[in-house]
Amino acid sequence: MAEQPNLEDRISGTLKKLLIASVLMFGFGFALVPLYDVICDVTGLNGKTNSSAAAESKEVDASRTVRVQFVTQTNADMPWEFRPEVRSVELHPGEIKLVQFFAKNEAADTVIGQAIPSVTPGVAASYLKKTQCFCFNQQTLAGGKSMDMPVIFYLDPAIPKHITELTLSYTLYNVTEREQQKSKDVAVHRGSQF
Amino acid sequence: MTATTAEHHDHHDDHHHAPHGLKRWLFSTNHKDIGTLYLWFSFAMFLVGGLLALVIRAELMYPGLQVVDPEFFNQMTTVHGLVMVFGAIMPAFVGLANWMIPLMIGAPDMALPRMNNWSFWILPFAFSILIGSVLMSAFGAGHPSAPNFGWTFYAPLSTTYGPASTDLFILSVHMMGISSIMGAINVVVTVFNLRAPGMTLMKMPLFVWTWLITAFLLIAVMPVLAGAVTMMLTDRHFGTDFFNAAGGGDPVLFQHVFWFFGHPEVYIMILPSFGIVSSIIPVFARKPLFGYASMVYATASIALLSFVVWAHHMFTVGMPLAGTLFFMYMTMLISVPTGVKVFNWIATMWRGSLTFELPMKWALAFVILFTCGGLSGLMLAITPADFQYHDTYFVVAHFHYVLVSGAVFSIMAAAYYWLPKWSGVMPNKILGEVHFWFSLLSVNLLFFPMHFVGLAGMPRRYADYALQFTDYNFWISIGAFWFGASQLIFLAVAVLCCMKKGEKAPMNPWNAPEEDLEWTVPSPAPFHTFDTPPVIK
Repeated sequence: MAEQPNLEDRISGTLKKLLIASVLMFGFGFALVPLYDVICDVTGLNGKTNSSAAAESKEVDASRTVRVQFVTQTNADMPWEFRPEVRSVELHPGEIKLVQFFAKNEAADTVIGQAIPSVTPGVAASYLKKTQCFCFNQQTLAGGKSMDMPVIFYLDPAIPKHITELTLSYTLYNVTEREQQKSKDVAVHRGSQF
Repeated sequence: MTATTAEHHDHHDDHHHAPHGLKRWLFSTNHKDIGTLYLWFSFAMFLVGGLLALVIRAELMYPGLQVVDPEFFNQMTTVHGLVMVFGAIMPAFVGLANWMIPLMIGAPDMALPRMNNWSFWILPFAFSILIGSVLMSAFGAGHPSAPNFGWTFYAPLSTTYGPASTDLFILSVHMMGISSIMGAINVVVTVFNLRAPGMTLMKMPLFVWTWLITAFLLIAVMPVLAGAVTMMLTDRHFGTDFFNAAGGGDPVLFQHVFWFFGHPEVYIMILPSFGIVSSIIPVFARKPLFGYASMVYATASIALLSFVVWAHHMFTVGMPLAGTLFFMYMTMLISVPTGVKVFNWIATMWRGSLTFELPMKWALAFVILFTCGGLSGLMLAITPADFQYHDTYFVVAHFHYVLVSGAVFSIMAAAYYWLPKWSGVMPNKILGEVHFWFSLLSVNLLFFPMHFVGLAGMPRRYADYALQFTDYNFWISIGAFWFGASQLIFLAVAVLCCMKKGEKAPMNPWNAPEEDLEWTVPSPAPFHTFDTPPVIK
């Protein structure tokens, strides 16, 4: 291979490029996570709604009504009774509604819950605006206690005309263990001040 | 990196001292030895994975639960898939690449021989860990479960609900991934830098081309798989919430990340097959390959399209209509370059002087049966139809047609085609014929009825089924045992070749054209070949 004196350099050059490509693709795997969230926001994929309070609506479109149904479920290991006070409401786009959800901790110990909302059909998700929601924060209930949890929301008047009915679903997760673990970690970090 | 080409400057010509014994294999940097290791390893994994499949088929032979409990059944489907994909098919292709790419491009060895050694020797450890978890589950005290969430290891089955052995699985997948990436890097570096003078890219044999493109796919997606299992690991143990809805993550994200790897992976397991078949058919048709350039472009288009079709595995998960349509049309578009390939193979045979030696038989069976698998794939691509077929035995039939009678048949074709070069002995004709005909008949008995039970609604991944599926399942199981036993005949063929028992092979036993460089070296191929590069006209 006398005619190619720089063969070794060429090989290590190609090798370096490919190694960098592998590392970049490893990073790309993680970049898919925020990318997925962006795509979900844009397309309403998975019916993701806003997770912090939206601005209040200004105008009401009284020319049509939309029916909003409520569905609740508790995930495995969640010992709460959890149901909407009303199964559905009818409202004009832009009109602000308050709906109460009932929760009761049927376990003996304190349980921390986190509700995750989802809207069907997915395209309607970005038009459902919540100004206040129990799902924005974790909810804590002592054993045997119950409470009403409010959601205040309106439908963006820009909601497509063909959507006359949509479903807002909440799944309630038990996050007690994870929270206790977190506060333990914090305690360790603070040098066991607690 | 430093030791890459140092060998070329050594004077090992005057004093030929090939290492022998255990050291030869453990420390080997010779592409032929490492290729042999890969091929034997993959065959061993093929038998192990087959054994797991036979447990599945024994359980499904009759309705009701007879052989194993459903929990163990789930472990069988999971580990069967993982062992076959990562242990049998992929290493078999890497073994063929190791043996044949340097011989086909007139290179003395792979460009990175030490990395080559490492990328092989990681594999036995990776699979010991994975198979170890099954052995612990089957025979261990307390019966800890082996991975039981299916080979696609969807979250939260593999995160929140994964057994303790999931961590062994994660480690094992990381090791397989590192091995594959290193193997792929080696192929690209070799093809880019070590081609004999005069061999331009468009003069390379198609096996080299398809492997080059496969290697790029591997470099692109194996790191994404590594990312996915890393996210699983941190979700399981370090409090992250990538796939955990309670913490703001999304289990559906897992499916997107997995199939972003998973679909190109499917083509990683079939593109080298296209290369093998494109090498074999022209030789036995005694005509040059029809449409060489279009073959190259078709392979490249399939590879590019493979990145934009992943969500067709998850139509039922819920997607906007536009997304569904996009993935449906893109998937159907893949049948165009694939159709080009099948057309070219047929056009190569058109009015050729065909003879039907063993490699040609396997290659022809590949073309026909792979096309069947491709057609059922096209059916699955149609979204509304897929809602019906999703997770039924129809899907199982589809991907076994493309992977068993596709990829595995092409590997068998390659083995019968190149065994004379590897061993210096012609593979035993009688055993080979029995192996081929048994495999051909049994593979269809095994997988064809799965289409029917699938369309009738039998779901996959269950240890039991409704009574009306009994007859079909009985015959499917008979086919499975027949197919499994037939592969032992190949074991005999390979062992006979290794023991040099049989008709001595000439340099070019199949009368391949002179441009196929692998047939210009003696049989068996000497330890070192092309120390001086050949000149390509």
